[in-house]
Amino acid sequence: MTRLLYFAWVKEKTGIASEDVAVPEEIATVAELVTWLKTRGPEFENAFEQDAAIRVAIDQTHARHDAKIIGAQEIAFFPPVTGG
Amino acid sequence: MIRVQTDDFEIGKEIEALRKDRKGIGAIVTFTGTVRDGDGTISAMTLEHYPGMTEKELAGIEEQAHARWPLQASLIVHRVGTLRPGDNIVLVVTASAHREAAFEAASFLMDYLKTSAPFWKRESGPSGDNWVEAKQQDDAAAERWRDR
Repeated sequence: MTRLLYFAWVKEKTGIASEDVAVPEEIATVAELVTWLKTRGPEFENAFEQDAAIRVAIDQTHARHDAKIIGAQEIAFFPPVTGG
Repeated sequence: MIRVQTDDFEIGKEIEALRKDRKGIGAIVTFTGTVRDGDGTISAMTLEHYPGMTEKELAGIEEQAHARWPLQASLIVHRVGTLRPGDNIVLVVTASAHREAAFEAASFLMDYLKTSAPFWKRESGPSGDNWVEAKQQDDAAAERWRDR
């Protein structure tokens, strides 16, 4: 199982903060995972509609959409950060 | 040193703690970020973050600053939760023997914090809540350190 986390407006749109998901084995990259997530219902389709705007962290490290997710324990999706 | 907290901070006390027993310090720079409400339309600002990754990112940024400049000490304090206009959000303190390192490192820490530490601001006003959008100029500010 892989833990998926959602923050800020991504969380508001999906309606959940975190979930443990069995990601299909053939999914190798973040981009492929996003495409798959969009098929999980209208909330996810809406949350990931502008997928290029969404930032990703794999095991708490920033990652690009072409990054491999094999072996990842925790994958987070969020808007560009606005702290400080 | 880094801290993420809901409580406010007192700049004077933080500087005092940082200076203690560090006789090599000759320059201290502080930056404080506060909740702005220029148009008088914000009733609250809520800061969300990614516990675990936030601390990891802040510690990593601080480590980079220490690798680039001869700092005697540094501190990053970032608040989370619900804040009001005028409230403190973030404190960065850098201390070095001479001023240049402290000035530059403080600027670097803020530029990197703003583009990589996983915090998100939501503003509450009369027309409801809005997530603050990231600014292009913040990316540009962080980018300028890459070529130096």
